Amino acid sequence: MGSYVIRRVLATLPVMGVVAVIVFLMLRLSPGDPAAIIAGDNATSQDIAQIREYLGLDQPLGEQFVRWIGQLLTGDFGNSIYLNRPVLGLIMERVGPTLALSISTMAFAILLAIPLGVLAAWRAGSWGDQAIMAMSVLAFSVPVFLIGYGLVIGFSLELELLPVQGFVSLSESPIGFLRHLVLPTVALGLVYTALLARITRATMLETLNEDFIRTARAKGLAEPRVLILHALKNASVPIVTTIGTGIALLIGGVVVTESVFAVPGIGRLTIDAVLQRDYPVIQGVILVIAGVYVLVNLAIDLTYSLLDPRIRY
Amino acid sequence: MAASDIAAVPATIPGAPRRASRLRRVARRPLPAIGATLLALLVLSALAAPWLTSHDPFEMNVVDRLMPPNETYWFGTDAYGRDIFTRTLYGGRVSLVIGASVAIASTVIGLFIGVLAGYFRLADAVLMRIMDGLMAIPGILLAIALMSLTRASMWVVIVAITIPEVPRVVRLVRAVVLSVREQVYIQAASAIGTRLPRLMIKHILPNTFAPLIVQATYIAASAVLVESYLSFLGVGTPPEIPSWGNIIAEGRLYVQIAFWNILFPSVFLALMVLSINILGDGLRDMLDPRLARRI
Repeated sequence: MGSYVIRRVLATLPVMGVVAVIVFLMLRLSPGDPAAIIAGDNATSQDIAQIREYLGLDQPLGEQFVRWIGQLLTGDFGNSIYLNRPVLGLIMERVGPTLALSISTMAFAILLAIPLGVLAAWRAGSWGDQAIMAMSVLAFSVPVFLIGYGLVIGFSLELELLPVQGFVSLSESPIGFLRHLVLPTVALGLVYTALLARITRATMLETLNEDFIRTARAKGLAEPRVLILHALKNASVPIVTTIGTGIALLIGGVVVTESVFAVPGIGRLTIDAVLQRDYPVIQGVILVIAGVYVLVNLAIDLTYSLLDPRIRY
Repeated sequence: MAASDIAAVPATIPGAPRRASRLRRVARRPLPAIGATLLALLVLSALAAPWLTSHDPFEMNVVDRLMPPNETYWFGTDAYGRDIFTRTLYGGRVSLVIGASVAIASTVIGLFIGVLAGYFRLADAVLMRIMDGLMAIPGILLAIALMSLTRASMWVVIVAITIPEVPRVVRLVRAVVLSVREQVYIQAASAIGTRLPRLMIKHILPNTFAPLIVQATYIAASAVLVESYLSFLGVGTPPEIPSWGNIIAEGRLYVQIAFWNILFPSVFLALMVLSINILGDGLRDMLDPRLARRI
């Protein structure tokens, strides 16, 4: 057990190392002079030289990398070129809305997708199953902004039930916080719901064909008990794993959703940074998000190895 | 078996599906055919854009700005008085080029890396660590970051969307190669002295084609969607090119007073992604029955 945990934890190191190398090389290997790109179209050669020196781009690649990694390890993600403030602080300021939206979306999707997936698998081939599967293909295909603006026009502009856009923090007003979260959560949550409903249905279908399900039914257990306690519990590993890997999809969607609903989160920070060629901020955001992705998936794997002894390799 | 031997085989093998039964199969599962037809219509509307409309996608009529849909402007006009119907048709061209290019590029690159990783142990360790790292970065975020590196153009958009898609193809190809290389017929071919390149091309690669074709359609669908997201966020296709994402990005400012600016291009976008996805599901059921049963 202990050795599995250690091996699994150590396995995250090369992934994060590779992410760091990718992030580092991206700017350096890009076509053209990175300093000139950052400086923009109207920069003088003096500006460019200044930026080159500021970012250490005039030094040998290996030296730059070692210095950069050293700074990262002490929690120094560099300074924003545009705002001249520490990148990590900027990210921390914006993390609240993004975190709130991600968590509410995940909760919404899980609560909706798992019952739908179980239902679809239970009555596989029925019109209900076909309707659920058709809706999931549709949810995969409709762009977030179409759902988002559709909801805004319907619920905010026509019915005037919910705010059009923006964000209110939980400490400011709990009611306002929830009201502002509803539409972005639904808009973003549908894709994630579709993904989870599909994987739930697929693994449930497999589990429902197992012998122990037949045994459970044969000894006269009530169907809900068979479905939830026997089937869903055993089908849960791939579902939870998909919830973890689906975070990548979720975060991509968060960027677009934040833009539709003018939520001042990480997505907004990233887009502003790209438009201003504020490279340290872009690097910082990628590193932090990849780090969160790796850690969440680590946590999921470790939890499972604790709960299910079959998982340990 | 040489090509001439295959030609000698009678055209109708007993037990092989004949025309009539194929038609019946389509009737029983109409969805893939509907998807293919819808996609064909969208492709046609994009290609025939100049003949389907009498307007020019760049022609501005400031007097007619933000007009709702009417007889002259079927989908209304935008803030510069440009015809949305025309721009939507031309936007389809951008999406098709990007969808097809990304699907082909990521499949070819992924196939190459996947075969290397699947066959050579040493390359495997290094390549798969790189792929794991790439997959830890959400695709859209990576594409956005790549877009910041150089002046935007359609080619840059294609590269930026392709790179995050490659690891998925690599994993798929590697898995197929790993399972196939242990098969008895590969050992047999190898034992009678088949050289590696021939073994690879003739005996291993064909096994990857069915899942790759399916994967490529899904990638095309995703690429069309991601292009629209990048353009919507203002970091995609250069704004002067009428892509669906760009039309929507401009139209979002007027969503309260002129929702048709975003409605029509969004619906075309959704229909194209939907039709490609449905086609992919159909291909999967046809080419890869094992997968079809699982998902």
